[in-house]
Amino acid sequence: MKKQASSAAVRPQNDTFEYLLRLGDDRLVLGHRTSEWCGHAPILEEDIALANVALDLVGQANLLLSAAATAENAGRDADALAFLRDELDYRSVLMVELPNGDFAFTIARQFLFGVYSMVQSEALQKSKHADLGGIAAKMFKETRYHVRHSGEWLLKLGDGTDESHRRLQDAINELWRYTGELFLTDDIERRAAEQGIGVDSSTLQAAWSAQVTEVLRRAGISTPEVTWMQRGGRVGQHTEQLGHMLAEMQTLQRQHPGASW
Amino acid sequence: MKPDESRVTSHESPDSQWPLWEVFVQPPGGEPHQHAGSVHAADAEQALQNARDVYARRGEGVSIWVVPSSAIVASTPDDMGPFFDPGNDKPYRHPQFYKVPRGVRL
Repeated sequence: MKKQASSAAVRPQNDTFEYLLRLGDDRLVLGHRTSEWCGHAPILEEDIALANVALDLVGQANLLLSAAATAENAGRDADALAFLRDELDYRSVLMVELPNGDFAFTIARQFLFGVYSMVQSEALQKSKHADLGGIAAKMFKETRYHVRHSGEWLLKLGDGTDESHRRLQDAINELWRYTGELFLTDDIERRAAEQGIGVDSSTLQAAWSAQVTEVLRRAGISTPEVTWMQRGGRVGQHTEQLGHMLAEMQTLQRQHPGASW
Repeated sequence: MKPDESRVTSHESPDSQWPLWEVFVQPPGGEPHQHAGSVHAADAEQALQNARDVYARRGEGVSIWVVPSSAIVASTPDDMGPFFDPGNDKPYRHPQFYKVPRGVRL
């Protein structure tokens, strides 16, 4: 009885850490990918818009990883979690680590993940965790704008030229097999949900599907019929792409440990 | 009568990008919208978003107007004399000959 009580006392903390890590890693990896557009977007205004989105995502990751570090209580801070973990320890979904591809691929991913993040952060505003509710409120506000931005582009690309339509349809077809992982749930997440800290991702799928399907329909893009979904990111089984990305993202801290400016 | 086309800014951007829009941002505190600059955009919604991303990311405003640059009719340098000179020799145009009652003084 006593042993049970003590293991129950330890476990919630680790669940909270793991759960916050997932939220933070999704946004850190996508934020870094989005930042790779800086200086390369098709027009100056879009360059600024994408850089703004990237900054929002990295800002969200900073808050979430700080909260994760606090929950872990092992002497690591947000920087240590971001810059000193290898890809095996990253808990982000596979979708966000894929290379940017063309503009249509970037926009399609921004939209698919954006709607997910929007419904997720909306639900997380009620979190009982000391910081997560407030962080979620900020994320919800920012993400609503991200979705407005990417959603508008989706309509333009889908309803634009033959080439923009083809590229967007290709992007959606390619990305679709990575959407299933967004809604997978496991014991860690279920326990986080039971404690009122997190939300069960599977409960988000209906709202996500409704919004995504509606915008794709208006863009004239058909929803792919994929039966087999990729997975693995939540347990550290990533594509080769994440390692390449982290090598670049972490190079400064790895070469000059503790460097700051 | 057709409007004087030469006075309307060309809708075609000289730099072959999307059409140009003028951006007006209202600062917090209820002051009037002020011209902030311009952005390129394919349509009104995109103009609004680009204006937000370029000119209102740091709490500069609480409201944004975007107007197609082509819709703005501007005075030209030639108008300088007739438009702006005649004012100064007629001091009675300035409301400075009235005594402001003490009760309304700030």
